[in-house]
Amino acid sequence: MKMVKRALAAGPALLLGASPAMAAWSDLNLRVGVTELSREIYGLHMLILWVCVAIAAAVFGVMIYSIATFRKSKGAVPATFEHNTKAEIVWTVIPVIILVAMAVPAARTLVKIEDTRGSELTVKVTGYQWKWQYEYVDHGVSFFSTLARTSDEARQLDSGIEPRSVENYLLEVDQPLVVPQGRKVRVLITANDVIHAWWVPDFGMKKDAIPGYINELWFNAEKPGTYRGQCAELCGRDHGFMPVVVEVLPQAEFDTWLEQQKATRQAAGAPPVRTAGARTVETAATLRVANAE
Amino acid sequence: MSATHTQGHAHDHHDDHGPAKGLKRWLTTTNHKDIGTMYLVFSLLMFFVGGGMALVIRAELFVPGMQLVDPGFFNTMTTVHALIMVFGAVMPATVGLANWMIPLQIGAPDMALPRMNNFSFWLLVAAFSLLILSLFMPGGGPAAGWTLYPPLVLQTGDALPLAIFAIHLAGASSIMGAINIIVTIMNLRAPGMTLLKMPLFVWTWLITAYLLIAVMPVFAGAVTMLLTDHFFGTTFFAAAGGGDPVLYQHIFWFFGHPEVYIMILPAFGIVSEIIPTFSRKPLFGYDAMVYATASIAFLSFIVWAHHMFTVGMPLAGQMFFMLSTMLIAVPTGVKVFNWTATMWRGSLSFETPMLFALAFLFLFTIGGFSGLMMAIAPVDFQYHDTYFIVAHFHYVLVPGAVFAIMAGVYYWLPKWTGHMYDTKLANLHFWSSAIFVNVLFFPQHFLGLAGMPRRIPDYSTQFADWNMVSSIGAFGFGLSQLLFVLVIWKCARGGAKVSSEVWDGARVHGLEWSVPSPAPYHTFDVAPVIK
Repeated sequence: MKMVKRALAAGPALLLGASPAMAAWSDLNLRVGVTELSREIYGLHMLILWVCVAIAAAVFGVMIYSIATFRKSKGAVPATFEHNTKAEIVWTVIPVIILVAMAVPAARTLVKIEDTRGSELTVKVTGYQWKWQYEYVDHGVSFFSTLARTSDEARQLDSGIEPRSVENYLLEVDQPLVVPQGRKVRVLITANDVIHAWWVPDFGMKKDAIPGYINELWFNAEKPGTYRGQCAELCGRDHGFMPVVVEVLPQAEFDTWLEQQKATRQAAGAPPVRTAGARTVETAATLRVANAE
Repeated sequence: MSATHTQGHAHDHHDDHGPAKGLKRWLTTTNHKDIGTMYLVFSLLMFFVGGGMALVIRAELFVPGMQLVDPGFFNTMTTVHALIMVFGAVMPATVGLANWMIPLQIGAPDMALPRMNNFSFWLLVAAFSLLILSLFMPGGGPAAGWTLYPPLVLQTGDALPLAIFAIHLAGASSIMGAINIIVTIMNLRAPGMTLLKMPLFVWTWLITAYLLIAVMPVFAGAVTMLLTDHFFGTTFFAAAGGGDPVLYQHIFWFFGHPEVYIMILPAFGIVSEIIPTFSRKPLFGYDAMVYATASIAFLSFIVWAHHMFTVGMPLAGQMFFMLSTMLIAVPTGVKVFNWTATMWRGSLSFETPMLFALAFLFLFTIGGFSGLMMAIAPVDFQYHDTYFIVAHFHYVLVPGAVFAIMAGVYYWLPKWTGHMYDTKLANLHFWSSAIFVNVLFFPQHFLGLAGMPRRIPDYSTQFADWNMVSSIGAFGFGLSQLLFVLVIWKCARGGAKVSSEVWDGARVHGLEWSVPSPAPYHTFDVAPVIK
């Protein structure tokens, strides 16, 4: 029922280009996100979408008019023309102009995306089958982030657990990445086995995590909150089960959190790298299955 | 020159020389019509095998949670579904149409290399037997996606060598098929048929054949390097040994992007045959169509890295591939405008082939629009590897390439069998396919934009509604295809006899309408003369 209602709501929204405030719209379109880049990307997306809608209206309009008017059943007599140089020049040149007009803002945003200078925090992300490792490279803090136990139990074949009863099903982790609000965060991305991709839709960015490469991206989250994404490059059996969760905290709270992490690590006497929380029994079992395969 | 050759050749044959009897006819045939039929039947079979796999995928995705299959097997299904549909269904279908129609359209007695033609087909059967057998190997079938990216693909079990040899065989088959088509078109055209008098279907296939010869060896090289990385200790793609996993992606997509056009250019050709016939008007801008096809083919070699915007290319690389990709919209636009202008002030009628061609025109264009959106590199960082991409390439491949192939089958089937098919049933097939294909794929745009990654067996509950809609569409579309089989089966068995022209006024649109229906086993023993 809910689905039907949404579909009904979506129809007019699509036709009229309803405001992003409408609930149904957010399920149908790209998210605006919480960073300058994600907003610019959203703007480009809407621009190119409307350009396409306008061209579609014109082209489909002519097609539908032809189909409706020039019918043999209505006694239409075919013309014999085979080309029209003027028309052909027009419909070659106009698309070129539209494309150039699109390319300019797109190139501008691209340059901004690639400019990782002046970052205030660097986090190294390493992809593993099937979890993420986060390292605060200047602070000696590092941990693994794996699918939350509740989701992991529910997602087993015929688990009998209704996914809707699990909060943030498949989008929750045991330990999220924590970053400060309003700071330029540089993310260094690599992988230790196969290729993964680190993606948070609300930050507008995804980048592949590739063994032997260190890729980078940056974001500056303007609003505190929890942002969820997923691995976006097929990485094997449990590719669908390694979410990315980022918690954005105000600077002061972030500082407190970071100090706590450092203290816990020192108390445990653990080396700075690769000391994640104990691997859950489920994960170990999953790895065995993978090895057996 | 060509005329004397074909006429001399004609003396070797007797006009009543028919096919051999029984199974031997099909195993040893060198007749382009028999081989064309075998290609088409094979591709229809593969369409159902690959379609069955798609239904496994859509059944698992019907509701959130894992109900039916292991995630590893789900990955096998996405991988093998794609390999079968690309190399087993779409490509052989266009080769089948080429085999049947190119000799008939250029006034040639057969393909230039008939024995090789037979070999190309049977290699394909061997290739797909291997690929399907690989599903039953220890460790499961190939599950790294049809792109076979290392290092993941190197984790495949015993299926890996089988899948790679399958690709080698299918590639060899394609290359031989392509050589045959080029040689046929270059040497066996009827006297007077200059290159710029050839039907568009022949033109698009000529260009496609060059693309095939250019890129299939590249793909074969890439998968051979996978093979040696896995079994012989090389490290082409292993970072730990000084290799580069991204190198594979560059090689793969240097093949992969032209491959996209290998599937769509013959479809363009088919649509360019059908729209003029049912508009009762010559194709608008014939020369422009030929040049646009050639430009698309050229551009297809310099846009490959738009499939890899997220691998971390240098800024200059991203700029180049963004701009070159956007350029493809220009010749593609020319084609769509020319088809529209062909209908303008025509006298349209809406037989089944025309319905499919019109659906192609609308729905392929939608796929073109989403393609243009994805060309914008900064936005592609959001779209990449989501269901938006899945929606895009299914729009250009299913209501694009597949609908064009179906349009072609409905256009030429009466010529092949001599019977008109059950048009009511065929129209029912059209309407149910056209509706369900949109129910199936349009919601995937929403899923991708809302953030659902592709190639996942289970999803967060916010994606539940549209996945359910999409799965309903998938089963509707799948079942509709049984009608296709029924129409073809009935038409092969009998039906109202058709004239040699079949379609009202078709004669002026091609030589194939000058031979009797059904087309005799041997046609154009004496080459026709084109004014």
